[in-house]
Amino acid sequence: MRVELDNLSKSWDDVIGADRITLDITDGELVAFLGPSGCGKTTTLLMVAGIYKPTGGTISFDGHVVNEVAPKDRGIGMVFQSYALYPHMSVFGNISYPLRLQKLGKGEIKERVQAVADMMGIGDLLDRKIAQLSGGQQQRVALGRALVKQPDLLLFDEPLSNLDARLRLTMRGEIKRLQEDLGITSIYVTHDQVEAMTMADRIAVMSKGVLQAYDVPEALYDRPKTLFVAAFVGNPPMNFFDVDIVRDNGDFRAKSEAIDLVLPQDRGEKAAAADGKVIMGVRPEDINVVGDATPPAEGLTLNGEAVVVEPLGREDLVGISINGVDMRVLVDKTKEVAVGDTISLVFNTSRAQFFDPETELSLLWA
Amino acid sequence: MTKQVEEEAEALARVAVGAPGKQRSSRGRRARSTASAYGFMAPAAALVLTFFVAPGILLLILSLTNLSSANFSQAWNFIGLDNYERLFTDPFFPKIARNTLFYVLTTLIFFNLGLALVLALVTTSIPRRAGFFFRLVWLLPRLTPSVVYILMWKRIGSADPFGIYNQIVPEFLGGSGGNLYLGGSPWTFVILTNGFIGASFGMIIFTSALESIPKDLLTAAKVDGAGTWRIIRDIKLPMIKWPLLFIATYQTLSLLTSFEYILLLTEGGPGLFTTEVWALTSYKRAFASYFGNSQWGYGATWAIVLVTIALVLAVVYVKLFKFNELVEEPRIENL
Repeated sequence: MRVELDNLSKSWDDVIGADRITLDITDGELVAFLGPSGCGKTTTLLMVAGIYKPTGGTISFDGHVVNEVAPKDRGIGMVFQSYALYPHMSVFGNISYPLRLQKLGKGEIKERVQAVADMMGIGDLLDRKIAQLSGGQQQRVALGRALVKQPDLLLFDEPLSNLDARLRLTMRGEIKRLQEDLGITSIYVTHDQVEAMTMADRIAVMSKGVLQAYDVPEALYDRPKTLFVAAFVGNPPMNFFDVDIVRDNGDFRAKSEAIDLVLPQDRGEKAAAADGKVIMGVRPEDINVVGDATPPAEGLTLNGEAVVVEPLGREDLVGISINGVDMRVLVDKTKEVAVGDTISLVFNTSRAQFFDPETELSLLWA
Repeated sequence: MTKQVEEEAEALARVAVGAPGKQRSSRGRRARSTASAYGFMAPAAALVLTFFVAPGILLLILSLTNLSSANFSQAWNFIGLDNYERLFTDPFFPKIARNTLFYVLTTLIFFNLGLALVLALVTTSIPRRAGFFFRLVWLLPRLTPSVVYILMWKRIGSADPFGIYNQIVPEFLGGSGGNLYLGGSPWTFVILTNGFIGASFGMIIFTSALESIPKDLLTAAKVDGAGTWRIIRDIKLPMIKWPLLFIATYQTLSLLTSFEYILLLTEGGPGLFTTEVWALTSYKRAFASYFGNSQWGYGATWAIVLVTIALVLAVVYVKLFKFNELVEEPRIENL
């Protein structure tokens, strides 16, 4: 099913929940609504579900405006962070509830519930009470309940946030596989950018009720259109530096008291268009410690001091201070960096981002 | 001997001899925790003993005597079960029993449970402030002194053409619905006066129970395709099962023993025992018989039988509604 949101808004008295959200979702696509809590992603989802009434704009399913359609007539399935299972019903009672409301025959209900439960791997738990299930099993029941009525649109409201880390990883893959197999158009609300990056075909990044960007994950990562997107997408997050863009013998350089780096011609030229002060962003993996693989390069190398070392297992996340400017860098374990070491760093400025400090828009992509 | 048998024998020996030290300390710990449990229960137990069990025993003794205002200066005169025989052969006993059953069931079902539930469902479905306001209005009868409250009802229920009801309602209904008055429909007024007050208790309890139902559950039900009525039937009512059963139990018992509004409104009349309920009979026999003849012993007998009925009912309710499930330990929740 195609979903189109056109200038969709929701406000309560003086609080704005969602502000003129416009986006389209193609049939079979999984779109993630990504943003910090209070950014309007759940508000938007609940409007799509029909629980909240929009105060402006329209929601269309397959070209038909559904603003006035009741939730039960929208053909949607929904999965919640709290699972929202009916505690007084058995597993069978929960999964069969949407079908019982449709007044289907007993035989058909039984058949369809069993089929969905088997697909979710909970076929043998149908008689159990909800309180007798683990968190992972409960979320499977919730998924089963959403899928059993064969919805045209699946809505996920942070479905994995209550699960422990390992289970979250498993369920992530399972949900993605299910969604692809069944080809159901889906909206997936999350504050976890890893979840959004790994699962979604496209990501809508939201902040303070405003849609910041809507694009495929790679584009958000490599070509962030706003400072917010650059800061929110990516883990560990991007490093930001206040710099001046200056021209020096035909070269563009990013300069501050601590930093002096040569920029590639194309990016430098665009960054210079802002007339002086800009915010430069460099991802942790684009700053490398000088060693065998990365030789020092003229105009791209700076020296700093390691102030904190966080072992991540495969590599260390090292906090480095260059003349009082802090940044985070991913460093290979074999380098054995210790706090207090002086380190030479090579900056890959061909992947650096530049933002206007006033508008917070990208100077490269906006 | 196999290894397993050896181990079993060893275990048996340990039990027989009594493993030194270890067992004693665990016994000591258990004794200490039992002692502290009694300590926590002591204040409540003292209250129950002083104000319920002790008067109950006194009442039981009293019911076996013929103590009355005619002979209270003499020693107690035990007359065996004569009072009980008198009670069950009283010509008005069946009527009083029927009245009590009718009064308790009607008030309970239509008001203390029914109206309370409707009020709670409605006031939680409208904006919060409005809901709060209407609940406050419904609490007013409970906040009014009972004598004042009943005086107002008497004004409402005066006979045509004086009663407030008779002056207002027929006018709106185009002349019909008139002449509803206390003397003509005493039960209607008895049930209404009690019900309007009784409903507010359940309303408060149900409201808080309804408001504690997670919003996600209601959203899920809406998405699953449930309308207002199915949400009430399938989600809200089952989720407030325990408060419902509690109010049913508690209100049955308190209605069974209540009589002050009936006393003030009709005094059990009009006529002979028309609206007289058990607790009122007990009160009248003990303290308000004709010519100041207070039959304390006989009144106590009515009270003792009523308390016995209430205790049996309480046990039946607890068993029937499986209240022990409420205090069951939660099942393990492994993630």
